[in-house]
Amino acid sequence: MDIYKYLRKEKLPHIWCPGCGHGTILNSFVRAFDKSGLNQDKTVVISGIGCSGRATGYLNFDSLHTTHGRAIAFATGVKMANPELNVIVMTGDGDGAAIGGNHLIHAARRNIDLTVILFNNQIYGMTGGQFSPMTPEGANATTAPYGNIDRNFDLCQLTKAAGATFTARGATFNPRQLTNIIKKALLHKGFSFVESFTQCPVRYGKLNQTADPVDMLKLQKQKTADIKKWLQFSDEEKEIIYPLGVLNEEINPENEYTFRYQKIIEKTLEKGVL
Amino acid sequence: MTKTKVYKPQKRGILVQGDQAVVEGALAAGVEFFAGYPITPASEIAEGFARELPKVGGKFLQMEDEIAGMAAIVGASLAGKKAITATSGPGFSLKQENLGFAIMIEAPLVVVNVQRVGPSTGLPTSPSQGDVMQSRWGRNGDQPIIVLAPASVQECFDLSITAVNFSEKYRQPVILLLDEVIGHLREKIIIKKAEELDIWERKRPALNERRNNFNPYQETDDLIPPMPDYGSGFRYHASGLFHDQTGFPSGKNKTAKNLMDRLTKKITANLSEILLYEKDVRKEDQAAVLSFGSAVRTAISAVHTARKAGLKVGYFKLKTIWPFPEEEVAKLAEEVDTIIVPELNQGQLIGEVKKAAGCKADVIGINDYSGLLLKPEEIRSVLEEVL
Amino acid sequence: MARSDKVQIENPDWCKKCGICVSVCPTDALKLGDKGIEIYNLDSCISCEQCSLICPDFVLKVVVNYD
Repeated sequence: MDIYKYLRKEKLPHIWCPGCGHGTILNSFVRAFDKSGLNQDKTVVISGIGCSGRATGYLNFDSLHTTHGRAIAFATGVKMANPELNVIVMTGDGDGAAIGGNHLIHAARRNIDLTVILFNNQIYGMTGGQFSPMTPEGANATTAPYGNIDRNFDLCQLTKAAGATFTARGATFNPRQLTNIIKKALLHKGFSFVESFTQCPVRYGKLNQTADPVDMLKLQKQKTADIKKWLQFSDEEKEIIYPLGVLNEEINPENEYTFRYQKIIEKTLEKGVL
Repeated sequence: MTKTKVYKPQKRGILVQGDQAVVEGALAAGVEFFAGYPITPASEIAEGFARELPKVGGKFLQMEDEIAGMAAIVGASLAGKKAITATSGPGFSLKQENLGFAIMIEAPLVVVNVQRVGPSTGLPTSPSQGDVMQSRWGRNGDQPIIVLAPASVQECFDLSITAVNFSEKYRQPVILLLDEVIGHLREKIIIKKAEELDIWERKRPALNERRNNFNPYQETDDLIPPMPDYGSGFRYHASGLFHDQTGFPSGKNKTAKNLMDRLTKKITANLSEILLYEKDVRKEDQAAVLSFGSAVRTAISAVHTARKAGLKVGYFKLKTIWPFPEEEVAKLAEEVDTIIVPELNQGQLIGEVKKAAGCKADVIGINDYSGLLLKPEEIRSVLEEVL
Repeated sequence: MARSDKVQIENPDWCKKCGICVSVCPTDALKLGDKGIEIYNLDSCISCEQCSLICPDFVLKVVVNYD
């Protein structure tokens, strides 16, 4: 496998901090893309603002680095205008769950064929460590100096409830699983959502006594479990442990948004009226 | 795949609202994509596209908010489609950030703003020209913009085509600035036949440039880089950050200045094509009424009756309000002693008129910002005072 | 059976010395040097790909041929 053909090598090394997990997600993504068999020239990668926003600049595809929180809305326009394109969104927990949360749930509701990969580092890294909707309760952030009191979303349950037909969660400590999940998401016809935990040793870690990326990966492993194992857990355990793997998959390509709009076009063309 | 039917207008006279004429014009210009959000008094434009676009194989999207509508048409434009959205004041405010993004990445598209009285929710069903300055400066930073303002339903059709054409030719977002009265007014318009129309397409690079270190923001003689469609194999990057010819972010001050200069110059170098206006000022005229949009109707009516009464007055009607026709207005100021500027706001465009006129002519504003139209008599009484 | 080459340092300049690869290697084939990652014991490498899959900086390469 030549993963480098999917990278803009001249743009590397990337700007992410030492030990940041974002590069691991990118690494899993290019491997997943290779395994998916999709056409590189018919693929567009779109991102918003924040650390995750920089991902698209390193990928050798048509790419778009948009405004804060709006990547999914831009992607919806691209996909609708040309449904033959594979459209992939890379976003973060601030970009995708806070400022862009509305676009996330509405794209899921439409079940439009986008693949959204959310880099969840549980903090606003680019702006220096403010708390996000995914910062754990009790954790420190520059804007939560006495501990965070905001509750979190369960993003996989949120998008599933909104109508996403594929939801999955991965983590950077397990790139083999993450690669498989992303590959499945890429091939799914309909809205697919992948949340990946990713460590932020510099902004999150330093404020929370876990500045070593290796320690952060160990912590990730402790707080997660494969979905098969997770289902056997007690309710109390389920509260504190996140399930990993494909959590929800409904296969029905005719329920996909661009497919359904094409039916409207055919209906109006049959009538032949201008 | 279903065969796409190309919209080929037939010559016909129809009685329609300004909002519907915008839809007809955009379709004639080759628009295949609309995304937006309902808002008075622009909802009829969304409804028109929802009805008409699928008939020609085009796409209509009602998004979750105004911001998403703006974002989606940028995406559609990058995928190679002529795209448009429509809104009114509060929605126009929400669209500004992504409109700035579109200007930065040079995405051809059209934003229709059917103005209502502001600020805030204001008077949703009353006319206003309060967004003159928001159209020009609503985004952060310096930037070029083209704003066209129709004064009749026929002009809604004609300038809708011009807006799409300009956006394609200059890789430049264009704002079509209506107001509530023009949007909801019904008049008979003539739809031109397809062969009578001059429809422009964006310049696309040759496919053999794909692997040849293609620069999506290359410096060309005409200052307008050719634009590939997403999915055609160029694998290019577009970003709202300042970027060099490659499209990738650059923090260099010189690169930032170069890009700003090119974005500005691609418009200022083509003013003779972009500045649209009508002028009727006779040698003997001592005053002129300068107006745009629905105020034009009041102005021309006042000028005609004043002339019948022997007053020496002419008119200058702007169809392009941004970029502002500075030289043309400076010339007007040499020809007459007084320029009267009626506006449905507290006086926005008048500042530009004063700048251009300098001390060569008196510039007097007539303003109504209550949600009513100006009356010809109000202009007439000012004319009688100054002449 | 998969036939694999052992780990290679494909892009040494991109290494940011985070040490994640060293921590996931089951056979201590890698070590962190002053300038970045180094091969410590190539013979011990079992081509499991753990390091190249998790490396956030695309520094390491393990070629696997799935026959």
